[in-house]
Amino acid sequence: MVFKRKDLLGTRDLTADEIRNLLASANSFLEIAERPLKKVPALRGKTVVNLFYEPSTRTRTSFEIAAKRLSADAINMSASTSSVVKGESLLDTVDNIQAMAPDIIVVRHRHVGAAHLIAGHIRASVVNAGDGANEHPTQALLDLLTISQHKSLESGLKVAIIGDIAHSRVARSNIWALTTLGITVRVCAPPTMLPREMEKIAGVEVCRTPEEALEGVDVVMMLRIQLERQDKLLFPSIRDYARIFGLNRQRLALAKADAIVMHPGPMNRGVEITSEVADSDRAVILNQVSNGVALRMAVLFLLGGQGS
Amino acid sequence: MSEKNSILLKNGRLLDPGAGREGRYDILVEEGRIKKVASEISSPGVATLDVADCWVMPGAIDLHVHLREPGFEYKETILSGARAAVAGGFTSIACMANTSPVNDNSSVTRFILEQALAAPARVLPVAAISREMRGETLVEMGDLVEAGAVAFSDDGKTVPNSKLLRHALEYASLFGRPLLCHCQDNALFADGVVHEGLVSAAHGLRGIPCLAEEIDIARTIMLAEYLGVPVHICHLSTRGGVELVRAAKLRGVRVSAEVTPHHLFLDERAVADLSYSEDLDQRYRPAQLVYNTNTKMSPPLRSAADVEAVRQGLADGTIDAVATDHAPHEATEKAVEYDLAPFGVIGLETALSLVLHLVDEGLLSPLQMVERLSLNPAHILNLDDRGTLEPGMAADITVIDPDAEWVVDPEKFYSRARNTPFAGWRLKGRVVKTLVSGRVVFPFDG
Ligand SMILES: [Zn+2]
Repeated sequence: MVFKRKDLLGTRDLTADEIRNLLASANSFLEIAERPLKKVPALRGKTVVNLFYEPSTRTRTSFEIAAKRLSADAINMSASTSSVVKGESLLDTVDNIQAMAPDIIVVRHRHVGAAHLIAGHIRASVVNAGDGANEHPTQALLDLLTISQHKSLESGLKVAIIGDIAHSRVARSNIWALTTLGITVRVCAPPTMLPREMEKIAGVEVCRTPEEALEGVDVVMMLRIQLERQDKLLFPSIRDYARIFGLNRQRLALAKADAIVMHPGPMNRGVEITSEVADSDRAVILNQVSNGVALRMAVLFLLGGQGS
Repeated sequence: MSEKNSILLKNGRLLDPGAGREGRYDILVEEGRIKKVASEISSPGVATLDVADCWVMPGAIDLHVHLREPGFEYKETILSGARAAVAGGFTSIACMANTSPVNDNSSVTRFILEQALAAPARVLPVAAISREMRGETLVEMGDLVEAGAVAFSDDGKTVPNSKLLRHALEYASLFGRPLLCHCQDNALFADGVVHEGLVSAAHGLRGIPCLAEEIDIARTIMLAEYLGVPVHICHLSTRGGVELVRAAKLRGVRVSAEVTPHHLFLDERAVADLSYSEDLDQRYRPAQLVYNTNTKMSPPLRSAADVEAVRQGLADGTIDAVATDHAPHEATEKAVEYDLAPFGVIGLETALSLVLHLVDEGLLSPLQMVERLSLNPAHILNLDDRGTLEPGMAADITVIDPDAEWVVDPEKFYSRARNTPFAGWRLKGRVVKTLVSGRVVFPFDG
């Protein structure tokens, strides 16, 4: 199994075969998590730099554990540490990191295209761990891995993605990955958070109401609503949002009886999802987290490990 | 050059819509002015330029450039910008006021004109509408006109206060100087970086709706109509904007408009993919590419339908002029995240070849091309000795080889800046000689 790319910047241009290979590789790493000794020597002597311009303990920790389980040296750099100097340009920072000769850089940044900018500038492999509202490919791939544990990906699945689509890199990466596999994607958002011309994106169905989106789907993905968006006139109140777009038991009943519920976390309980649903056996939210480590091991391994 | 500063251009194909001439003519220049135009001139002892197989037109006039001096000389200077201009066939360039300090008082205007004495092109200072371009109080228009300001503009910004804009229009009309209006509704524009459409939806870049531009164009036209004064709309980019100007012209409003080469040749998809080839009706599946910050400008690259509309607007005369909005930035300023890159691209050295492409496509006739590049801009700025090559007019002349093919290589630009979205484009038609006041100012080696 060969992954011929230098970088993983998004799911947008991955082929169906590449996605299937990544998932297969992740499956073999899942098994390692079951062992008492969780380390393999695959990336011994390699250096993975986690360059995080946005705080994200979850994603960073997940990459860090993945790197360590592959025996790589993992170095964390965050915008709050002195390693990332204020006022220094992104490429200046990257030049400094290059001097440490890393093999892989995992980057999280608030601006669209930051990972792409770095990838075009540096010899090391780059993994995009989230660039603005653009892409978060490992999240989408771990979501697919999670779905594949409950459903056959080849069975004409329907997935509903509900929430702040406009500002969501999770939604975008999922849209590209799912549609590449031929899975139907429905999106639903308050009109203020639905990108104009979304309906022109190949493979996407835009639904006006969550009820319409949920009807008969196999998978429900709820997006985190960023509470600070309220200030930007995008929705009038949390209460209003929860009432119209929140996933509760009654709404979930519109989906298939065996539909699973996903959330990239962290959840706002009682806002986009009720605790009743989040804690029910339909929710696979914690599986997503454990799948995250295996999937990221697969990505790091395929980009940096095999020397092919 | 001979003692009377004479020069004879022989055998060229003259394109002069202002004089109603198209065809093979000889042009005699004396003391910086056109002396005689005839099908055959023989003038022994006068220096002769044989321009057979070339097109000869009144020098192109750019209504909209940013020369960055004073204040941002690392991006461009009046001299480097003027060299880029004549290399691209532009003999007069109107430079916007957003320098540092802002050109909002006569000492800055005089400084620009002094610097321009050494420049190969005519530099026409555009003064700000409001002091420091803050949209609060009017500049001293009379003093600025006396110092040499040819127009007023807060370009880069709108004038949000409609009462101030009204007074600016009224006051400027006293001097016969136009307002060049950059139209944008600030609240709708917000912190957008690309057109609100396919690319913003697909890539999560913040969108700038067409509406942000059109609402302000409507307001500006309504003010000019109410007051019965002329107004010029900068860089139209949307179908709605073209329709607003078209309808206003039909009502008799004295409105003129310009479009940039980049809005005529690129749509939003260039932001992420310069080699796109999607059919218009196909649904969009974007490529994964580096975001090219040389596609970031204000107004942004719009949809393919908008490009079609501005092209039609240019062809049917709704849009009067092509202006470059030449906006130089240093390479490192653009080598950043798309969100953080400054707006603007350069255009002086590629514009003419691109407009020639429109002639090749059959969208414009050669005479219409010259109208949009020279005659109409001269009218808009009330430059009564330019825009045509009638006897007595300034001998500002652009000579083009319409068949010369070349590839855009930013490293070869005369501009200090390299921020063009057209790098690598294969273009046809190139400037071979540029004359200002009868003097050959390009090529630079004489
Ligand atoms: Zn402007």
